[in-house]
Amino acid sequence: MSSMIEGWFAAEPEPHLIGGRCTSCGSYAFPPTAPSCPNPSCSGTELEPVSLSRRGRLWSWTVARYAPPPPYVAADPFVPFALAAVELPEERMVVLGQIHPAADLTGLAVGDEMEVVSGTLPGDDATPIWNWRPA
Amino acid sequence: MTGVAVLGVGMHPWGKWGRSFAEYGAHAAREALRDAGLEWSDIGYLAAGITVRNGYPGYVAASTFAQSLGWNGANIASCYAACASGAAALDVARARILAGLCDVALVVGADTTPKGFLAPNTGERTDDPDWLRFRLLGATNPAYFGLYARRRIARYGATERDFARVKVKNSRHGLNNPNARYRKEVTEDEVVASPIVADPLHLLDICATSDGGAAIVLSSLEFARGHGAPSPVRVTAVSTVTPTYPKTVVDLPDFATDSAAAAAPPETAYRASIAAAAYEEAGLGPDDLDVAEVYDLSTALELDWYEDIGLCKEGEAERLLNDGDTTIGGRIPVNPSGGLACFGEAVPAQAIAQVCELTWQLRGTAQGRQVPGATTGLAVNQGLFGHGSAVVATT
Repeated sequence: MSSMIEGWFAAEPEPHLIGGRCTSCGSYAFPPTAPSCPNPSCSGTELEPVSLSRRGRLWSWTVARYAPPPPYVAADPFVPFALAAVELPEERMVVLGQIHPAADLTGLAVGDEMEVVSGTLPGDDATPIWNWRPA
Repeated sequence: MTGVAVLGVGMHPWGKWGRSFAEYGAHAAREALRDAGLEWSDIGYLAAGITVRNGYPGYVAASTFAQSLGWNGANIASCYAACASGAAALDVARARILAGLCDVALVVGADTTPKGFLAPNTGERTDDPDWLRFRLLGATNPAYFGLYARRRIARYGATERDFARVKVKNSRHGLNNPNARYRKEVTEDEVVASPIVADPLHLLDICATSDGGAAIVLSSLEFARGHGAPSPVRVTAVSTVTPTYPKTVVDLPDFATDSAAAAAPPETAYRASIAAAAYEEAGLGPDDLDVAEVYDLSTALELDWYEDIGLCKEGEAERLLNDGDTTIGGRIPVNPSGGLACFGEAVPAQAIAQVCELTWQLRGTAQGRQVPGATTGLAVNQGLFGHGSAVVATT
């Protein structure tokens, strides 16, 4: 399972997302799996792995109240979970992620500062994955 | 006069009928042929929207429909473009006619869908973003709709009651539509009392998935004249544009938007660019519209569409709705068919169904839901993987 997102996220030394950055124009991409630079006005073909900003602003969020279908591995009984879209200032991109299950969502509002923390892949406690949490 | 003629339209009613998509498609095709006053043997070209939920026959949808109607030797094409599949098929048929390669063509889309969330293909598809978004994040389609809806609340002060009023309007519009699946008036209280699926969206804010089929007979204007239809409804523009980099809204099935670090975002965001391209081709603008069919996957998304197709400025959609402008009888009625709220989504048929509705509206035969005096209409949708479409029809 861990190979599925190998190179997307690292828990050490601090939890951070790993994106691709074009060595020619500096455009970022997440996940870092693009075969070449996604910017059509750039002919770059090499994306180098880089740590993405650990903090950003909450673009929007939602809570899933019904269990998603497979391949999601839902807890039984299902426990609702939150998803956040967070805008990274330097990369100027929005990245989705689950909100850490221990996070307190009381008063959470669009525009709040969020940070990347380490969580686990749903249904696989041994595999770390990125989560968002109010900073 | 420009464009191609809509000679006939037909549908198989939306619902959960438990039959094959081939049956729905063939039924819709026969209805459209009858409406056009033509026989299947008159058709030299058939374009169809692909369904990905019905195995191999779905991938070769045009061939499946051709065989269902009885092999007649027609040239065919099967198109997949997610929610825009039907419009992609329409565009292929239109291009074939405009190129002079055929006089008359049939466009068909049909689907059967399982109950509940649309799900990705099965297997360990670890290089498929549509599979991964479910596996890694549990990001269903309604989850994305919930993100957009909350964004609308934060930016423009929209409320759950505003969203609910979209459903109330569409449920009234669809009451008398014989092809709609849900023909029951819904109240604001019922919407906000229904279970939350992806907050702030409730069950009744989100469109269901349905079985259904829709078909259109297209022809050259010359053929239409010779066939006794000197002033048919015409399709004068079809847009199937993709996004322009960097796309700054996180769309299905993306994990992230593009990065605007090295390239400035385009002046017109993706959803708005879909309609803009059709307006440009048709040589008209939002002020010229009498009616619009927009893709209300959620109630909140219908409000986004008002702005994206230029019916009002950003942040004004709630006012437009609440003033009754988008209700039949108002300034620019939206979704007189009842929209996805009354139909539920039958993916490859839906964009075709939108054009069927425009055709009935522009003919003045949309019984029980007619927009008085409509002469120009727009149908728009957006699907996953950078797909979307807009069709302009006019008399």
